Amino acid sequence: MADQLLDAKGLNCPLPILKAKKALQPMAAGQTLEILATDPGSIKDFQAFCRTTGHELVESDNDGKIFRFVIRKKS
Amino acid sequence: MSEDGTKSMSIIVTKGTLDWAYPPFILSTTAAALGLNVTMFFTFYGLPLLLKNLSLEMSPLGNPAMKMPMAGMHMGMPNIMSMIPFVDSGATAMMKNMMKKKGVASIEELRSLAVESEVRLIACQMTMDLFEYSLDDMIGGIELGGAATYIEVATQSDINLFI
Repeated sequence: MADQLLDAKGLNCPLPILKAKKALQPMAAGQTLEILATDPGSIKDFQAFCRTTGHELVESDNDGKIFRFVIRKKS
Repeated sequence: MSEDGTKSMSIIVTKGTLDWAYPPFILSTTAAALGLNVTMFFTFYGLPLLLKNLSLEMSPLGNPAMKMPMAGMHMGMPNIMSMIPFVDSGATAMMKNMMKKKGVASIEELRSLAVESEVRLIACQMTMDLFEYSLDDMIGGIELGGAATYIEVATQSDINLFI
């Protein structure tokens, strides 16, 4: 179970990224954030977000409709 | 790049219609979320994007690339239609409605996210004088500056965009 859940379903680019950044801000280093999204572009965007910011993309999967990501906040 | 390795981006914002307001605000808020220092310089028709009360509109006039999804097709609008009153406001309402349905953020929302994430907002002093705006017309937290102010920012930025 992730420490926090962010429901970004129904939101389009760039809102899932912006909301994720906001959700991560008050979290402690090492804590995990689970994100649910329906934007298919979010797969590549969360990879780029994590590569650029240094947070770790722990999980990324989808059932074709809902895209799920788990990000661990960098220390 | 700054000394601590933080990257930075600047954007010159020159257009203020509803459609053209999106690219600069999407890119600035996303860059800020990715940890970049971002500066936006609002000049000419981009300046009204800093007004307290936004009343953004768009026009299909002279824009053959604007094809709206309609009844399973994509329809453009002949230029002559734009002469009819309320066609532009109708197209604007249609676009806003479509954006809401597709979960696209409003410009107001993106702009407040930009302010919140400490994007530096500079209003072009010359354009303020030219179009007779005062700081009281604008949202709080903005700066005034001129071309030299922008160039200084640009020399220190990793990415410089003109939109």
